[in-house]
Amino acid sequence: MTKTTTLDVQVADGADDKYRLKMGPQHPATHGVLRVDLELDGETIDKCDPQVGYLHRGFEKLAEHRTYAQNIVLTDRLDYIAAMANNVGYCVAVEKLLAIDVPPRAQFIRVMVCEMARISSHLLWLATHALDIGAMTVFLYCFREREVLLELFAELCGSRLTNTYTRLGGVRQDVTHSIMLKLQRFVDEFPDHIAEYETLIDTNRIWLKRTIGIGPISADKAVDLCLTGPSLRGSGVDYDIRQHVPYAAYDQMDFEVPVGETGDTYARYRCRMEEFRQSNNILRQCIERMPPGPILGKDAPDLIMPAKPGRKIEFDAVAGNALIKLIDNRDLYMEGDVYVATEVPKGELGFYFISDGMGRPYRMHIRSPSFLHIGALATIGQGVMIADLIAIIGTLDVVLGECDR
Amino acid sequence: MQILILLLQIAMVMAIVLLHVAYLTYFERKIIGHMQVRMGPMRVGWHGLLQPIADGIKSFFKEDIIPQQADKPLFLAAPIICLVTMLAALAVLPFAEGWVLADINIGLLFIFAMSSLASYGIILAGWASNSKYTFLGGMRSMAQVISYEIPMGLSLVGVMMLSGSLNLSEIVAAQGTSIFSIYLFPQIIGFFVFFIAMLAETNRVPFDLPEAETELVSGYITEYSGMRYAMFFMAEYIGMMILASIGTVCFLGGWNGPFVIPFFPPFWFILKVYGFLFVFIWIRATLPRYRYDQLMAIGWKLLIPLALLNIFLTGLFKALVH
Repeated sequence: MTKTTTLDVQVADGADDKYRLKMGPQHPATHGVLRVDLELDGETIDKCDPQVGYLHRGFEKLAEHRTYAQNIVLTDRLDYIAAMANNVGYCVAVEKLLAIDVPPRAQFIRVMVCEMARISSHLLWLATHALDIGAMTVFLYCFREREVLLELFAELCGSRLTNTYTRLGGVRQDVTHSIMLKLQRFVDEFPDHIAEYETLIDTNRIWLKRTIGIGPISADKAVDLCLTGPSLRGSGVDYDIRQHVPYAAYDQMDFEVPVGETGDTYARYRCRMEEFRQSNNILRQCIERMPPGPILGKDAPDLIMPAKPGRKIEFDAVAGNALIKLIDNRDLYMEGDVYVATEVPKGELGFYFISDGMGRPYRMHIRSPSFLHIGALATIGQGVMIADLIAIIGTLDVVLGECDR
Repeated sequence: MQILILLLQIAMVMAIVLLHVAYLTYFERKIIGHMQVRMGPMRVGWHGLLQPIADGIKSFFKEDIIPQQADKPLFLAAPIICLVTMLAALAVLPFAEGWVLADINIGLLFIFAMSSLASYGIILAGWASNSKYTFLGGMRSMAQVISYEIPMGLSLVGVMMLSGSLNLSEIVAAQGTSIFSIYLFPQIIGFFVFFIAMLAETNRVPFDLPEAETELVSGYITEYSGMRYAMFFMAEYIGMMILASIGTVCFLGGWNGPFVIPFFPPFWFILKVYGFLFVFIWIRATLPRYRYDQLMAIGWKLLIPLALLNIFLTGLFKALVH
């Protein structure tokens, strides 16, 4: 049997004279498994239609069958670049729902790990964004610094990427002196490294040509598109949950929120570069002002085995696991619903719980910034060239683990 | 008998150049590695010295995949066209005085013709694969070749005018042996245009658009694997070497150096070529990539007018001096 070979790339006549390209999900520059269906006119994009769902693991449904404490491990896998920030975001939300107090030292540690996660996430963003535009060396420089942070995470909680570090009512392990010393060294050195990245790309004509004026989003449009985080602040909207609705110990921190003006790729790039410096400042404050004390609240649900003496461990017949059992006399099985948002590196990460008092979320919804940012791609990506689309995907800083959940 | 000797010489040149290509990849990986605070290949042999050979063996034994939708004859021919034309261009390169396979009078034109033909292979590869990314890659390559062959040809017109010849050996001879008489100084504009066009012609960063990894996956070579992929790779690196040699011959005085090395006359030539190649690699480690339309704008709006200006100035200079 002979196989017919064709050399025609299908081009229809007349009005439908479009070149259709399904970019992804296995494309090197779509940051995981994003698929963008493109209609091209030459190299210009006529229509840009992002498709998500290739990494869907059903976390929101899964969470309904697990206790609040068990769900912490799921949050690691949302934005796996900044798992710490997700842990904190989830715990802050659950603690509000269940009215659990967190001791001050744990609050400070949470801010500290959040900012470490922010720096590490932004480093990965800068690395991949630069690589997408073609600057290969920045990629490896960023990974050099990110490695330091990941090693610190490993020393802190035994895991580099999926940390599961926070606990309802506090954190799992106390920071040691050695970690503080290493972090201090990192904080001292990091500003020089930021300057190094800037000399590599910020004074580069090609970089400027590829970012200035690319994918501009006006402030109104950015709000309409539900952008949050640096992607929103690049457009000149001053909105940062850490500043406006402080959680953990952010109300005791002194920091600025960098806001851009033009809303193009370059403005968003500058915003994140400034956030490096601000996060570094926050880290320095954390080190200087870290209060002593316990790291887990007294009435925190007991998760560390063996249990403290005098505390009753009930065996949960449904879950079949003693590890997850809650407390002595206080009833944490509250009813009601709550939405709490925190500022993760990508934007506003919100957790919405409906609780019917069963010790598990009746419904958990995650408002993930990446999902909304990818939604915005359809609008921003219209009429640009393929190379610009890549730059725009990079600048929106999306992680598909968080988008698909 | 003469034919036998000639065949032997051809085989020698090919073998030596292909060996250089293999180690050029090593050279590139090591240099970029050290520029990026890492080691580069370290595992195969001492400091990874046998890595290129391991890579060669690997790609030789890899499965040769031909996509069902591909136009088979063209798909198979494309890498061969690329490699053969590039190897053919080696024939006219003067490595040292008298060290040239074919000392023809239109050497420069011959090389242009061959490197244009190699682009033909790239375009065919993009088209014959019948895949969307390769098609876009082929399209970009076509546009890039057209816009950069012209400034490249024009940039060397000044050299031709000064030396009064298209024969590469005569161009070297016309520059004399002194470092101050090389054409780099009178032809600085031409050199600038030539250098940028050279990067574009060999698809190197910042003009590596036909194979822009983060945009078009691998551009025109997306569907190729194994030995055919390696052939494109070799063709690209031979192309780099040939254009670096042209740069050396036309602007840096070819095989002439500050003093004569006994027994190995091509020493200075090879040194200069590797100097060029180092700059290629350095640029790759430093610069991001231009966008497609920006690339076109540079070619047509900057390089071609500059090259024309260079021709005018050279002509004026010649008219005034003589």
